[in-house]
Amino acid sequence: MGQLVVETTELTKRYNGFTAVNSLNLKIEEGEMFGFLGANGAGKTTTLLMLLGLTEPTSGTVRVCGMDPTRDARDVKRQVGYLPERVGFYEDLTARQNLQFTANLNHMRRTEAEEKIDAVLGTVGLARVKDQNVGTFSKGMKQRLGIADILVKEPRLAFLDEPTTGIDPNGIDDILKLISGMGKRGITVIFCSHILPQVQRLCSRVGIMSKGNLVADGAIDRLGREVVAAGKFRIEAELEGVGPDVIAAVRGVKGVHEVDAIESTLIIAAESDLRGQISRAIIESGALLLGMKVEEYDLETIFKRYSSEA
Amino acid sequence: MYAIFRKELADHLSSRRFLILFSLVLLSAVFAIYIAIQTIRGAVSPTSEFIFLKVFTTSGETLPSFLFFLSLFIPIVAIALGFDAINNERSTGNLSRLVSQPIYRDSVINAKFLAGLAVLGIMIVGVVAIVAGLGIRIVGVPPNGEEVVRLLAFVFISIVYAGFWLALAVLFSVLFRRTATSMLASLAVWIVFFFFVAVIAGAIADIAAPIDAGATFEQFTRNASIHGNLSRISPATLYGEATTGLLSPEVGTLNPAQFVMSSYAGRMANPLPLQDSLLLVWPQMVTIIALSAVCFAASYIRFMREEIRSF
Ligand SMILES: Nc1ncnc2c1ncn2[C@@H]1O[C@H](COP(=O)(O)OP(=O)(O)O)[C@@H](O)[C@H]1O
Ligand SMILES: [Mg+2]
Repeated sequence: MGQLVVETTELTKRYNGFTAVNSLNLKIEEGEMFGFLGANGAGKTTTLLMLLGLTEPTSGTVRVCGMDPTRDARDVKRQVGYLPERVGFYEDLTARQNLQFTANLNHMRRTEAEEKIDAVLGTVGLARVKDQNVGTFSKGMKQRLGIADILVKEPRLAFLDEPTTGIDPNGIDDILKLISGMGKRGITVIFCSHILPQVQRLCSRVGIMSKGNLVADGAIDRLGREVVAAGKFRIEAELEGVGPDVIAAVRGVKGVHEVDAIESTLIIAAESDLRGQISRAIIESGALLLGMKVEEYDLETIFKRYSSEA
Repeated sequence: MYAIFRKELADHLSSRRFLILFSLVLLSAVFAIYIAIQTIRGAVSPTSEFIFLKVFTTSGETLPSFLFFLSLFIPIVAIALGFDAINNERSTGNLSRLVSQPIYRDSVINAKFLAGLAVLGIMIVGVVAIVAGLGIRIVGVPPNGEEVVRLLAFVFISIVYAGFWLALAVLFSVLFRRTATSMLASLAVWIVFFFFVAVIAGAIADIAAPIDAGATFEQFTRNASIHGNLSRISPATLYGEATTGLLSPEVGTLNPAQFVMSSYAGRMANPLPLQDSLLLVWPQMVTIIALSAVCFAASYIRFMREEIRSF
């Protein structure tokens, strides 16, 4: 297990009685690419603000790189790059001047900063417009400049808040590539989004927020099973009549976690699509099988369920 | 902090806002001085003391003095430089980026305040220097040592006064999200202090100590004293008193009652020595500094622990 760079315990934020983040326990290891999913208003931004010390938690604790972002604000911010939801730049300065200002705030030496700035502007594909005023930039270019703004300070962690909103599909692709590049540089990334496919494409692990609660947290391929504790697939089998024999027979099938009977229908939770084995078991037990239905609990389904609730 | 200061300073000095205001101030200053010099020539005998200072304080028949123009423009320019200091950063989405850099949050306010103050300082020194230069050329009398010291003290107190309005404007830029709101709020305070306080103080004084046809000397002084002391709520009054004390040494007192007394008696005291003038305006200066400190502290308290969201 790598070193923990983010750790929250029972982290809670209330606004006049409204709980925006509720008893969040989150651990992120160095080098992880963590997808922070949730519908609008789920509490993602509020969590990030608390991790950055830009708002104070109501209760609970935050540790970023082992430090308290409220008390050791400067030391934490030296290690963290933040791309806010609506990032803005000084519109009457050029891309390069904007980054130079960031470099100054990070006490970088001038020559070192200039090389670095040219390099990162190249990385994000803005080398040709680096001496243009940012006021002339499109939303996608500004977002890429925001990523350059993070890269300039060579952070250990990067917090990206909805970096793809309002950008056309090609632009989204560029940004996702850049984020993946951050991961390859060894930067620990928290990628906030409400768009599952983007997160799935980049992240090895996701957390799903819903109404301030972390409702799921884990490796993306295991998450489905964890959320639906009993298994990933839900199979319904309609029978002529249900008896203890047939239930026992289905339970005996390898990979079946749970069997429930509702009137003459069996609700089976299974690890995979076991319709073949289950139907054989039912028939061999002497019952009559009328029909079968299967539903997969993949991340999409789970996420949709939580999103629609919010 | 130095990085922010430098950027703000460069922004101000290259901004159209500053250019327009500076030209306006310069123009009105030169105009006022021209009128003043016309007037002085007829008004003072060559033996008068402090002719040079009169360049700053003499008004024409229709046009007010340079001093009046300056006291009018200092608040306006200070407000113009400070009213959107923080909320503009917020609405452009720069504030989130700024406060997530490894800086102390108060250095954002400090740097913005100091940059504004530096610009105001440059402006005040510049205008006073230009006027003084013109004065020497046209009046033909160079200032004596005491006049130079009085002018320097005047420049200093003007910068302090500018600092108050800047601190107030920055406070409003922290308190209000919209730049239009913070500008209107700053201007409203300015109008109240500049025009209304004196009127209201006068009305209250007339109620508390009415002056009728057969008013006694005591009634006059009592009325003047209430009026004067109430007006001191306004930093504009304080600044006016301080500059009078510095630039018009023949005005021997800033105490409203005594002031009435001396003009009632029909005589002005002999010019105050420099040291006494400085002592005279000391309380005014300290009060203006204290008021600035209050605004500054309020900005701090509000800004330091505030949540910074990017919308
Ligand atoms: N300053 C605030 N005062 C009151 N409620 C707030 C404030 N900021 C955020 N909220 C509420 O907290 C909830 C979580 O917001 P946020 O963290 O921005 O969600 P997300 O980033 O996941 O879309 C929302 O319902 C929002 O309305
Ligand atoms: Mg958000």
